[in-house]
Amino acid sequence: MTPILQAQNLNKRFGGNEAVKDVSFVVNAGECVVLAGDNGAGKSTVIKMISGVHTPTSGEVRFQEERLTGKTPNAIRQTGIETIYQDLALADNLDPGLNLYLGREATRRFLGIPMVDRRTMRETAKEVLKGLGIVIPDPSAPVRDLSGGQRQAIAIARAIHWKAKLVIMDEPTAALGVPEQREVMALIERLKAQGVGIILISHNLPDIFAAADRIIVLARGVVAGERRPAETSDEEIVRLMMGAAG
Amino acid sequence: MSGSSAQKPTGASFLKPLLGAWSWIFLLAILVFFELYARAETGQTFLFRVYNIQSIAIAASQILLLALGLTLVIVAGHIDLSIGFTTGLSAVVMALVIRMAGPESGWAIVILAMLVGTFAAVIVGLVNGWLVAILNVPSFIGTLGTYGVARGGALIVAGGATVSIRSDEARAFGNGDILGFPVPVVVAAVLAFLCHYLLAHTRFGVHTYALGANRASVERAGVNVKKHLIWLFVISAVTAGVGGLVYTGRFSAGAANAGEPILLYAVAAVFIGGASLTGGQGTITGTVIGAFIIAVIQFGLVFSGLPPYWQFVAVGLVIIVAVLVDQSRDKLTGMQS
Ligand SMILES: Nc1ncnc2c1ncn2[C@@H]1O[C@H](COP(=O)(O)OP(=O)(O)OP(=O)(O)O)[C@@H](O)[C@H]1O
Ligand SMILES: [Mg+2]
Repeated sequence: MTPILQAQNLNKRFGGNEAVKDVSFVVNAGECVVLAGDNGAGKSTVIKMISGVHTPTSGEVRFQEERLTGKTPNAIRQTGIETIYQDLALADNLDPGLNLYLGREATRRFLGIPMVDRRTMRETAKEVLKGLGIVIPDPSAPVRDLSGGQRQAIAIARAIHWKAKLVIMDEPTAALGVPEQREVMALIERLKAQGVGIILISHNLPDIFAAADRIIVLARGVVAGERRPAETSDEEIVRLMMGAAG
Repeated sequence: MSGSSAQKPTGASFLKPLLGAWSWIFLLAILVFFELYARAETGQTFLFRVYNIQSIAIAASQILLLALGLTLVIVAGHIDLSIGFTTGLSAVVMALVIRMAGPESGWAIVILAMLVGTFAAVIVGLVNGWLVAILNVPSFIGTLGTYGVARGGALIVAGGATVSIRSDEARAFGNGDILGFPVPVVVAAVLAFLCHYLLAHTRFGVHTYALGANRASVERAGVNVKKHLIWLFVISAVTAGVGGLVYTGRFSAGAANAGEPILLYAVAAVFIGGASLTGGQGTITGTVIGAFIIAVIQFGLVFSGLPPYWQFVAVGLVIIVAVLVDQSRDKLTGMQS
């Protein structure tokens, strides 16, 4: 398998604080890589260097052989990397369809005048969500009325509909109840089945072991170890997170 | 995550559409009230008389011209307090251009004067947009600043007084009618239609709502939020400026304070129409209803022979009711999620 994403020797310094030091890893198509680590380990900083929010102090990111480093977040999104932040960045007052299409709205012409095509977007959203096993009771209601898991599903649907090849998720289950956490984990499985590569940030050991094909443990900005779930244990991952040499 | 979470308290889902339509119901109620009152007191009809309808429509269109662009700004989660004096500035600038051209001004001069007046408004809008979008000044403070600047500017340009003009064309623009509809009403209706299209049917409108709910949502969707905000403030200034042009036409004079008494009513019309201070809500249809509610109260009180000062009290009460309705609507939504 050729990797779709390669992070090579990433470094990020904030003033005197070296938040990320010499981090390298790859992600393959259809593979879920979990970034694990304690608070402040540098997980969010790593993914922000991939999504273009931060420019690395040194090192680079390559996506399907193309150099991403230096591109804007928008340009990076257009190459097929969708980042789902913890706050989801949904427009709560709009329906799922408009949220799915936000920034790329479908239009139709009425008497030659372009109009936003709410119905098409709503129907598409319904279909995409159905493909994820999610039924939204009222597709024309604003997403603020939906559950945390359903909202997460809309963010994931956006990645699927716009044919993302890599989806980055920063603690997607942190704010959810237990049944919804399980549903998000099921969504991750479906994404993988469609050949989408995933980078998942998580604190939660059961989640990590359920989703990961590979676990990369960060501690104080460096890669403390890389393991396959079958070859490791809870205790070892925790030990790596605490910064013990791997 | 499936359909099972759809069960909602039935009381709330019954009340919600009623609250959503309260402004229609309220407008209907005050019309009925004034009609009954007029018949009982004077034996005359209030509503079924062309003159009354025209007067109400003209008063509503004056409020609307300030409130239309403001609706877009408020939906985006901002406010534009400068519009009162943008109206005055455009009114004075239009009057000055006509006066400079001399007494024999034809349509060409009047149209040029209107263009220059609108241009003055665009400048105020650009300054507002620059302050809010580029310098990140909160819009309440930034537009309060331009309120002062536009007010001073209008007074300075006008030499501290009203600029009166003699122009049959300008008078026709302010007082004529098209197929029985007063020109100011036609102008307001056309702008209302355009603003409605923009807000309800274009991508620009969708982004305006999203911006009001969550700036990050549109930013991450790749929308140029700064440019969007500048456009919103320019649109707001332009509709207010057109209000000034209509004023100069109606009264054959441009006054620096032309929009001052209307500012509060315009803000009220937007909120009565269902907008919320936190942004993300509001419609042009709602604002039109809001403007008509205020216009009916204004005219109705005068018509009933009550001292005109009662209109301030009445409009103030309606604003408070509007806010209470908005809050209970939020509470119902909170209950459902
Ligand atoms: N924009 C920034 N400016 C300065 N320092 C930053 C910035 N972002 C992160 N840091 C610092 O970089 C280090 C790594 O932070 P990061 O957010 O990547 O950690 P994390 O692993 O995501 O932690 P958490 O699990 O709490 O989300 C921390 O010491 C943090 O204070
Ligand atoms: Mg983090």
